[in-house]
Amino acid sequence: MSETSQQSLGTEAFAAQFQARRETLPGSGLGWLGALREAGIAALAERGLPTPRVEDWKYTNLRPLETLALTAARPDAPAPSLDLVPSLLATTDHPRLVFLNGFLRPDLSRLADLPEGVELAGLADLIAKQPDWLQSELSDDGKFETTALTALNTALMEDGAVLRIARGAVVERPIELVFLGAAEAQPLSIQPRNLIALGEASQATVIEVHAGLGEGVTVSNSVSDVHLAPGARLTHVKLQDESHRSYHLASLRARLERDSTYEGFGLSLGAALSRNEARVRLEGSGGHCLLGGGYLMRDKQHCDNTTVIEHLAPHTSCREVFKGALDDKARGVFQGKIVVHRDAQHIDGHQLSKALLLSDDAEMDAKPELEIYADDVKCSHGATAGEIDHDALFYLRCRGIPEAKARSLLIQAFLAEAVEEAAPEALREALNARIIAWLAAKPQGAN
Amino acid sequence: MLEIKNLHATVDGKPILQGIDLEIAAGEVHAIMGPNGSGKSTLAYVLTGREGYEVTEGQVLYKGQDLLEMEPEARAAEGVFLAFQYPIEIPGVANTTFLKEALNAVRRHRGESELDAMEFMKLLREKTKELGIAGDMLKRPVNVGFSGGEKKRNEVLQMAVLNPTLAVLDETDSGLDIDALKTVADGVNALRNAERSMLVITHYQRLLDYIVPDRVHVLARGKILRSGGKELALELEQKGYADFTQAA
Repeated sequence: MSETSQQSLGTEAFAAQFQARRETLPGSGLGWLGALREAGIAALAERGLPTPRVEDWKYTNLRPLETLALTAARPDAPAPSLDLVPSLLATTDHPRLVFLNGFLRPDLSRLADLPEGVELAGLADLIAKQPDWLQSELSDDGKFETTALTALNTALMEDGAVLRIARGAVVERPIELVFLGAAEAQPLSIQPRNLIALGEASQATVIEVHAGLGEGVTVSNSVSDVHLAPGARLTHVKLQDESHRSYHLASLRARLERDSTYEGFGLSLGAALSRNEARVRLEGSGGHCLLGGGYLMRDKQHCDNTTVIEHLAPHTSCREVFKGALDDKARGVFQGKIVVHRDAQHIDGHQLSKALLLSDDAEMDAKPELEIYADDVKCSHGATAGEIDHDALFYLRCRGIPEAKARSLLIQAFLAEAVEEAAPEALREALNARIIAWLAAKPQGAN
Repeated sequence: MLEIKNLHATVDGKPILQGIDLEIAAGEVHAIMGPNGSGKSTLAYVLTGREGYEVTEGQVLYKGQDLLEMEPEARAAEGVFLAFQYPIEIPGVANTTFLKEALNAVRRHRGESELDAMEFMKLLREKTKELGIAGDMLKRPVNVGFSGGEKKRNEVLQMAVLNPTLAVLDETDSGLDIDALKTVADGVNALRNAERSMLVITHYQRLLDYIVPDRVHVLARGKILRSGGKELALELEQKGYADFTQAA
C-alpha cells in the first residue's frame, strides 16, 4: 500500500507484546480488567495507529514509530539519585509520586503525611488491592471516543498515578507527579494511566513533570482521566522536557460537572515528537475550562496540541491560549475543536493560537474548528503565525541590547502571554526559568 | 562629534536623502525642520541603522568612526540615541527589565561593570523623580497602553538612563499638549551639556521655544536647503515651507 493512501499503521508489534505479557500485566487475575484489556487490543487492531490520512492526525505522522524495535519497559531500571529528580517546585515537602519508565518508585516518592482529604497511590498497587471503584473508573463508559492510543494504553497499562480528593477538601500544597524516562540502547514503550478525581467543592493543584534521563528513546503513551464533581476546581500544570529522541503521546480526558473548573497549562520543550490531546466534556452548567499551552521547539522537533471541547450544558465556557516559538526545522500543530451541542445555550468559547517562526524552515499548522448546534453562543477563534516583530527588535537594539539578547527577550515576552493567562501565579517564575534556559541553550541569531 | 558628508539614501529603491551635509560639534544642539516627506525621519533612521534604509552614497563619521558600518546596538553603545517619533510597544517586557538590560548592555560595551538590581533601582528612582514619571510606568510593559505624553517621557527617561553623547530627537513634540511638551523639553534641557550633542527633528517651531537650538537647518526634497541661527525657525513659522517645497 502506498504511503499516501494508507489509513493506518500496523499494530502487530503491540499485539505481540500483549500476547506475551497478558498473564503478567497487573490485575491479570481480574476478569473485568482482562476483558477491558482484550477490548483495548481489539480496538487498536481495528483502528490501527493513525496516519495523516485521518483528519485528526492530518499534521502529525506516527510513522517513525514503526521503525523502532520497541520493547515494554521493565520496573528494574536503576534509580537516579534523588537530587536528579526534576521538579517545578522549590519546596521539598509536597506530596510527590515519581515514576521511572512508567513504574512507581516509592523510594523516590513522598507519600507520607498526605494533606487531609488526599488519597494518592500508584495504579498497580490499587489494582492489587482491588478497590471496587477502580473498575468503574477504568471501564469505558462510552463518553469519550476510543482512539487507537487510548485503546493501546488500556490494553497495556501497568502503572500510573491515582489521585482522589475528598469532597470539600481544599488542598493548598501542590501534588507533583514526575515521570522519568531512562532508556538505554533499546527503545522502550511506556503506557502510564492516571486517574484524577476531585470530590464535590474540592480544590487541588497537580503538577506533572515529564523528563528524560539520558538520551535513550522512550515512547510514552499516557492516558489521564480527570473527573471533577460539582463545584470542584483543578489546576493542572505539565512540563514536558523529554529526551530529544523520545516520543510523548498524551491523551487527557476530562469530565466537568456543574460549576466545576479545570485550568490546564502545559509547557512543551522536549521530545522528537509530542502530541498533547485534550478532550474535555462540560457536562453541567457553570462549568469552565481553561486550556493553555506554550511550546519551544528546535532542530526537527514536532509538537502537536490537539483539543476537543464539548459543551453539553448551558452556561458553560472555555478559553484556550496556545503560544509557541519554532526554530530550525521544527514544526508546531494546533488543532482546536469546540463543539456546542443542541440545547447548550449561553456558551462562551474563545480560542487563540499564536506561533512565532524563528526560521524560514520552521512550520506551523493551525486548524480551528467550531461545530455549533445551539443558537445563543459566543465563540471566537484566532490563529496567527509570523516572524519576530522587526520594529520591536530594532527598538531594543537601538537601546544597545545585542540582537541575540533582544530576540530572546521578545520570544520570552511572546510566551509570557500564555504563561500569565493560563498558568497559576505560583508557578510562573519556574516556568519562565525553563523558557529562559531553553533560549540560553542556543544563541538566538538572525535566521 | 558628527559629520555627515553628501549622504544619499533610498527606501524601497526610492531616493529620499539626496546629498546631506551636516556637522555638529560637541555640546551643540541643531534643529532640522522641514515639511512632511522631506526625509527628516529617514535621516534619523539612517543614523541609527534601521533595516530598509539603504545608504547609496556618502559618509557619516561619529567621533571619527564610520557610523554606517556599525550595528544598531553598537551605535547605541557608542552613545547614539534616537528618541522615536512613534515609540514601539513591546508587550510582555516590563519597562524596568528593558531599561536594565539596555543600560547594562551599554555599560558592558563601555567596559564598565554592570549595575545590580539595587544599584539600578536607585539610579532609576533618581531619574524618574527628575522627570516626574510615575513608578507605575516602570512596571508596565514597554509603552503598552501609555498615553502619547507617557511614551515621549519614557523616551526621555531612556535617554537619561543611557547617557548618550549624540541624541537624535525625532518629532518629540508630536502628539503632546503644551504641559506635556514643557515636561519633555525640561527633561531634554536638563541633559544638555558641553559633551552632549543633539539633533532635534521637528515640523513645528513650537518645540524650539523650549529646546533652543544653536543652529537650524531646513530639510526639503532630501537636501539641506538653508541653515541659520535660531531666528530661522521663527521665520519658517511665519512663512511656512512653501519656498522650499517648490521645485527649484
